[in-house]
Amino acid sequence: MAKKFMYINRKAPYGTIYALESLEVVLIGAAFDQDVSLAFIGDGVYQLTKGQNTKGIGQKSFSPVYMALGDYDVNKIYVEKESLEERGLTLDDLQHLVWEDEDEDYAEKDSIRLVSRSELSDVLDDQDVVLSF
Amino acid sequence: MKIALQINEGPYQHQAADSAIQFTKAALARGHEIYRVFFYHDGVNNATRLAIPPQDDRNLYEKWSKLQKEHNLDLVVCIAAAQRRGMIDEDEMKRQGKDANNIAEGFRISGLGQLIEAGIEADRLIVFGA
Repeated sequence: MAKKFMYINRKAPYGTIYALESLEVVLIGAAFDQDVSLAFIGDGVYQLTKGQNTKGIGQKSFSPVYMALGDYDVNKIYVEKESLEERGLTLDDLQHLVWEDEDEDYAEKDSIRLVSRSELSDVLDDQDVVLSF
Repeated sequence: MKIALQINEGPYQHQAADSAIQFTKAALARGHEIYRVFFYHDGVNNATRLAIPPQDDRNLYEKWSKLQKEHNLDLVVCIAAAQRRGMIDEDEMKRQGKDANNIAEGFRISGLGQLIEAGIEADRLIVFGA
């Protein structure tokens, strides 16, 4: 039986390597047919913001990888509402992440689920394996 | 209980490895099985055999090596994280045409799949650091 894997992303995309190396685990993990969720909390919400340009810091941008997560069947992406608000962000500041539902004639659906801190804690409670980055 | 550990921070800079070593000892003493210890992020630096900690300080490398020998622990270093940080074993040294290697005996280099597999197979996956 598949286990529920949750990857919690807590850090800004650049400045430290946690976000990038978290993505690497998620992409490898996608091959294991487990029930995968991602959560973005704290500064982690910056990982999903759109219009990123890393030219000035001389690093490759991995922003486009988040858009591809749907193709890896990673389509439960929880974003904590309070974390967005605390940073003056709204859903409109984030990339529009979607996935295609095979069971509904490949209808395009939103991957991002905006949840409150207490709702997210219920989601975490329900997981088998929680990896935090 | 079958327990897997993930260690995300380098030695001395961060307490993650100290805590993981103490946890491992305590878990084994209680009769639990340590399924695997997976080193990721800067945690891969725990696998060097070239470090020289001050003599009046704890030697984390010796502690890992001793624990590994005594309990036949599966100490796995993530290859992607290791290559970025210059952690390299003899096979990789040859393959990449490098002039040295630095992985201590008792550690093995492998892929991230080993972390996911540990999450699947173990009853608990405990993350240290980050």
